[in-house]
Amino acid sequence: MTRIRKVGVCGAAGTMGAGIAIVAARAGFETVAYDLSSDALSQAAENTAGFFEKSVARGKMSKSDRDAVLARLTSTNDLADLGNCDLVIEAVYEDPKVKQDLLATLDATCADHTILASNTSTLSITEIASGCSRQDRVVGMHFCLPAQLMRLIEMSPGVNTSDETFQAAWAWTEAVGQVPVRTQDKPGFILNALLVPFNNEAIRAVEAGVAEPADIDHAIKAGLGYKMGPLELIDLVGLDTQVRLCEAFYPITLDPRAAAPALLRRMVAAGRLGRKSGSGFYNYDDQAMYGS
Amino acid sequence: MSYMIVNSGGSRSFPTGDAFLEHAAADADIVLYLGGAKMRADEQKTAILVELGGECLGVHTGEGEGTNAGKEGSNILGFNRYRNGHDEPSNLIELVRQPRTHETALRAAKTLFTTAGLEVAVCSDQAGRIIDRLVRPKYNAALRFLDEGLASAKDMDLTCRMGLGYPDGPIERVCRGGLAHHHDVTEALFRIYGTAGYAPARRAVVAKQRAPQ
Ligand SMILES: NC(=O)c1ccc[n+]([C@@H]2O[C@H](COP(=O)([O-])OP(=O)(O)OC[C@H]3O[C@@H](n4cnc5c(N)ncnc54)[C@H](O)[C@@H]3O)[C@@H](O)[C@H]2O)c1
Repeated sequence: MTRIRKVGVCGAAGTMGAGIAIVAARAGFETVAYDLSSDALSQAAENTAGFFEKSVARGKMSKSDRDAVLARLTSTNDLADLGNCDLVIEAVYEDPKVKQDLLATLDATCADHTILASNTSTLSITEIASGCSRQDRVVGMHFCLPAQLMRLIEMSPGVNTSDETFQAAWAWTEAVGQVPVRTQDKPGFILNALLVPFNNEAIRAVEAGVAEPADIDHAIKAGLGYKMGPLELIDLVGLDTQVRLCEAFYPITLDPRAAAPALLRRMVAAGRLGRKSGSGFYNYDDQAMYGS
Repeated sequence: MSYMIVNSGGSRSFPTGDAFLEHAAADADIVLYLGGAKMRADEQKTAILVELGGECLGVHTGEGEGTNAGKEGSNILGFNRYRNGHDEPSNLIELVRQPRTHETALRAAKTLFTTAGLEVAVCSDQAGRIIDRLVRPKYNAALRFLDEGLASAKDMDLTCRMGLGYPDGPIERVCRGGLAHHHDVTEALFRIYGTAGYAPARRAVVAKQRAPQ
């Protein structure tokens, strides 16, 4: 089985990539953070240092451990630096062409044994791997946001993924202290396959005049013990993102529950994108980030 | 806040022994009809609250026809304390109003339940109210995913608990509440909405067929 010592992260200046790089380096793996722009990488490195600074301040980590983690984590905008990684996790834009092109380049650049993992939320692992000669060594590894805090990872083999690759990648996720679950290579895996249509149902309930958004969220929290109501969650994620998720799932699943509700489209057209635009199903007077 | 109860004995919202029953008065301006007790309209009361099962409030109040359609409303409201099948009642009251429900009656009902320590969400008189309307299709999907081999029951539940912070996952929850119960709820919703998401999942149909009659 591939022994994983060195890990590369593509899109490491992005939201997910930066978190994944933290997970890998924190667990003792030499980690190479790769992205397109060195400015963005510098900013990400600063944020990462700040994250660990807080861990030290809260007594969760010693200063020497922090220094060791930061020393294991290097940044680059040269893809060739990923050549000798044993595992490369991509968290670049959710665009099939961008991901396919990147995997094809990694395929040509990395050592033969290197496992390539994709953090895609909506695309097919098999399709992302289709331009590679090493389709047996490509696997789905879907982290949750924020990756540096959430421990769940949805692991999915593509049609051509070998058992050995899947097991090696699985073992790595456990080695970094994450909790893997196994799912088929289907749109949305488990989490989004359940969540996206459920959120649509909440939007349709608003549209159908079942209740006000606040009553729907209140019912779901008080009745089911969820921490957040579906409409609060959509406002946080962004209504435009919900549309994109629907557009990724519905054409493949043809599940009417996954189709973007008309109200959602109207609200996006009206510029009500949720917290980031100041209004969605709720109005936000201040622009403070959720949880801050 | 003073309230009186007319109870047939089979209330799912306030089962025998519930403290809410003990605090009822012999006579009051708010009347609750529990467990299918026959409701008597009385315009002199501030509010009349009918405990609902799967049925709509309109079954008890009657509904307008012709030009009166869509103009229903009085001092009568429906309510249901949400319960996941066999689970204990939750703290949530789904309070059902009609288009022209008297605001005084609505306010009184809200105050009554919140004073009793319950949470209230107001909804219109539609099948499944809020929670069943939203979650039952999700349980159907999870049961179907299980049949299709998307993931194991354990992994689906773990994903929802760890990835979404839910207290329990869809499979454990729907099984704990009772698959035959889920069948009955979804079959009733399917009859009204007719959309595939409400069609009882295969596992629920099997459970129903095997349940003692
Ligand atoms: N944001 C979430 O909630 C979330 C959760 C789980 C999974 N994901 C998935 O993670 C991936 C990234 O999402 P994100 O929200 O972090 O996006 P993001 O836009 O924050 O970051 C993407 C990063 O990828 C970089 N990038 C783009 N093309 C590149 C290339 N060819 N080579 C190297 N770097 C490149 C960008 O410069 C950017 O820094 C997507 O596949 C998304 O579906 C996102």
